[in-house]
Amino acid sequence: MSGAAVDVEVEALVVGAGPAGLGLATRLKARGVASVLVVDREADAGGNPRHCGHPPFGLREFGRVLTGPAYARRLAERAVRAGVALRLATNVVAIERAGEALVVTTAGDDGVRRIAARRLALATGVRETPRAARLVSGERPLGVLTTGALQAFVYLHGKAPFRYPLVVGTELVALSSLLTCRRIGAAPVAMVEERAGPQCFPPFMALPRLVGVPLHYGARVVDIAGSPRVRRATLAHADGSSSEIACDGVLFTGRFTPEASLARAAGLTMDLARGRPVLDAFGRSSDPRIFAACVLDRSVETAGWCWSRGRAIADHLAADLAGRLPPP
Amino acid sequence: MPLADVAIIGAGAVGCAMARRFALEGAKVLVLERGADLLSGASKANSAILHTGFDAPPGSLEQACVQAGYAEYMAIRGRLNLPVLETGAMVVAWTEAEQAALDGVEAQARANSVDDVRRLGPAEIRAREPHLGEGAREALLVPREHVIDPWSPFLAYLLQAKALGAEILFGAEVAAGRREEEHWRLETSRGRRRARVVINCAGLYGDVVDRRLLGESAFEIRPRKGQFVVFDKAAASLLRTIVLPVPTERTKGVVLCRTAFGNVLVGPTAEEQQDRDRAATDEAALKALIARAVEMLPALEGMPVTATYAGLRPATEEKGYRIAAMPDRSWITVGGVRSTGMTAALGIARHVYGLYERLGHSHAAVAEPECPPMPNLAEHLPRDWSAAGHGGVVCHCELVTKREIEQALAGPLPAGDFGGLRRRTRCAMGRCQGFHCLARLAVLTEGRFAAPLATPTEAP
Repeated sequence: MSGAAVDVEVEALVVGAGPAGLGLATRLKARGVASVLVVDREADAGGNPRHCGHPPFGLREFGRVLTGPAYARRLAERAVRAGVALRLATNVVAIERAGEALVVTTAGDDGVRRIAARRLALATGVRETPRAARLVSGERPLGVLTTGALQAFVYLHGKAPFRYPLVVGTELVALSSLLTCRRIGAAPVAMVEERAGPQCFPPFMALPRLVGVPLHYGARVVDIAGSPRVRRATLAHADGSSSEIACDGVLFTGRFTPEASLARAAGLTMDLARGRPVLDAFGRSSDPRIFAACVLDRSVETAGWCWSRGRAIADHLAADLAGRLPPP
Repeated sequence: MPLADVAIIGAGAVGCAMARRFALEGAKVLVLERGADLLSGASKANSAILHTGFDAPPGSLEQACVQAGYAEYMAIRGRLNLPVLETGAMVVAWTEAEQAALDGVEAQARANSVDDVRRLGPAEIRAREPHLGEGAREALLVPREHVIDPWSPFLAYLLQAKALGAEILFGAEVAAGRREEEHWRLETSRGRRRARVVINCAGLYGDVVDRRLLGESAFEIRPRKGQFVVFDKAAASLLRTIVLPVPTERTKGVVLCRTAFGNVLVGPTAEEQQDRDRAATDEAALKALIARAVEMLPALEGMPVTATYAGLRPATEEKGYRIAAMPDRSWITVGGVRSTGMTAALGIARHVYGLYERLGHSHAAVAEPECPPMPNLAEHLPRDWSAAGHGGVVCHCELVTKREIEQALAGPLPAGDFGGLRRRTRCAMGRCQGFHCLARLAVLTEGRFAAPLATPTEAP
């Protein structure tokens, strides 16, 4: 990766143009950091809210209720107005140390480029734990996906990945998936939750009842069958019984996990239990030049929380650049 | 109706290598594959190790084919742009009994002319693999045992056969057939075809095809399932060498190795089952594999799992290959080829061409066709994302570009289903398993597959 010459030098490079990364970068500019560049692998800035077609977004940041895509646009516009440079459709493929600076190699349609930065902030967000990492038994047919993928099918491309899915999980995102299913005329056949009760604010569980989706608590998926597409799933219930459910998809929702592959690739010390780099009180990792805006310290957070977390890290990072942060 | 010299039933690893060999020898080749794409059966899931044959039964056909296949792969891989991840392998003895058995393993390797093996003591093992768990007593190093991309070679072989005029039919199950004077008349789900000689490379259905067309089979397929766990790419820096257990009578045991795609793999299990199609993973078995992997490489503790999969191997009543020609019926069966088939395929094809010649057939060999180099999927060599103008990265985890997706959907042998596209490009095979790219892939593959990623919608 050391072939290309460094094509730009910045004070701070932010990886990830979601709410945390954009909040972080905008705040860095407000704190007087001279050059702030944000790279994101997607062609549009905004992160996960880009494909959350439902409100409410933006109460904390803009004082009004917005849909996800509108909120994403506004965050990006505000960052650009503040003087943040954006490089989209750009993947970070390597993070190296070169003396005092960090050199980040990126790949895009315009080729491989190298960015030198005094500080790096990882704001790479979260994703749901897919079926494979949950070790769920069965075959691997078409129609097994996560809510994030479902939202991209529906809100970004107007497509449907299934008609009669089984929904796994009861976090808030599972409830939002019921609404997303309605947009494409898909009728979830059931919702299953491994634990004895819901993983969201219990009154929200009125929603599945309202839309007529049967709920199974204390049940887990122990088999997925079908070829080429899902045909049925088998549930094991808490009382030891099992049942089969005919469906053409299985939607794994929630169990968000940090998208921490860059932190791992950069050799940062990892917090194994939380799947993210070990951070000090200022958001600094084991390499004090690399900060991370980790948004999963409690459970999955709202976009607004990620945004303010990004701003908090920005304050520390700006202080560090000014030599005002205690040494690690 | 045109008359092919040979009809090859099955486009798995063996069938693809067979098609290439016969086409190069000048035969008019027909390939009949039941699935929507090549490598749809047993061949789609294996450990991707290029074997030296050091542990094959000395003097066996399997041993000869593995070594011939290895040599030919190394000879042609440059022209075809097929990768080798040079790892070497260590047969590691963790117990006293295993250590006692290492002498036998080494003797077998030397009997198989794998003469560059050598013993490693605990200190040498530690120097070579500092992350390996405590308790490795001794090992046998097999320097030329390597890792390859388990799918691209077979696409390359089939592309070569096609460039030489082979007819390749997917979705073509052979339902019936009979001898007519000097040829076979085959009834397939894509119509009737004629061929002078039939070569049964049907893998998991080898005995079924024999019985269906010959009325009998010399063997019975007893599917053996192998499950695998793939760890995150971050694990790749923890291991250089393929770690093999001391083999037992029944199985080569659980292997820990890197993949050409930059991950670490542990598996397989070995489970007998009746079903020839259902390759299901099982949570308990996967957890046991992970536990075994952590024992061997403690730094894997807490390492995210990227993928899990299961493959079925066409085992029979006997351990060896079941390759036989029936001269009076113009039929050659290639059965019972299990995990070594990926390495041995080119060697098996040469062996079978010899059997075919002994049936009294011959052709004038042709030059190897000029084929465009295969797109590289191996992580240690330049990938498409590093060359500008790729249209953007579609799958972020595996850095698969739009240009790669489009190329895999075009050309003489476009991907026939989503599995085929994944094997050609690695799309959706990374850590997020399609969280980010699945919807985009549904758009890019619209109208291409009989089993589409997106289903028709009703207006809400």
